[in-house]
Amino acid sequence: MNTSLLKKLTLAALVAGTFISAQAAWKTGDALPDLAGFKLEGPLPAALQGKVVVLDFWASWCGPCKESFPAMNELQKKYGPQGLVILGINEDEDAADMQDFLKQNAAAFAVVRDAKQKLVATAGIQTMPSSFVFDAAGTVRFTHTGFHGAETRKQYETEIESLLKK
Amino acid sequence: MRPLFLRLFLLAVLAAVLGTQTGCDTVKPWQRKTLADYTMRGDRDPLTDGMLDHIFFSREMASGGKGVGGGGCGCN
Repeated sequence: MNTSLLKKLTLAALVAGTFISAQAAWKTGDALPDLAGFKLEGPLPAALQGKVVVLDFWASWCGPCKESFPAMNELQKKYGPQGLVILGINEDEDAADMQDFLKQNAAAFAVVRDAKQKLVATAGIQTMPSSFVFDAAGTVRFTHTGFHGAETRKQYETEIESLLKK
Repeated sequence: MRPLFLRLFLLAVLAAVLGTQTGCDTVKPWQRKTLADYTMRGDRDPLTDGMLDHIFFSREMASGGKGVGGGGCGCN
């Protein structure tokens, strides 16, 4: 192996390292990926096309996620008939943790488990919970990080109403 | 052809860079189950808190001003 090749390899490794550690997160304007390709556990809602969709990443050990459940339930009940689909993406590594949680905190919306944590890695979230609000065309219109009680709930309502009107 | 020591040096740098990239990773926000556990909280036991406070006060004439609220969940 000659020195210049070695130099190039070293440089390539340094550059690659910089990019590998940087994460690309979903942002406003991005399209909803095909969820069928992520091997999610549990049945996906039948028709997401043409619906306003909220993808909410949560886990059983996350306090604010638990806090968000009653609000999510009410949003689903209130806006479901008008075309809102809330899809909870669970990130527990152990399915039993999720089931125990759901026994205590019933979900009135669809929940699937991202067992391989592939979808969440694609979404590149920085905080639990994080959620993405998609319009009927399947484009990210709003993002949320964390759940801050009534304030976040109100934001959801405003956003969902604005998207349902269209 | 460069001197041998330079080639060895570059090889060592390459090995070190590759080594750090396989060995290090950050805990992702969705992998914080263990960190979010109750036992990771510094203030989980009021009795221990009181005792430690007492020790600090006796030894250093200082009390309070330690620790932060919450666990390692990093939520919100």
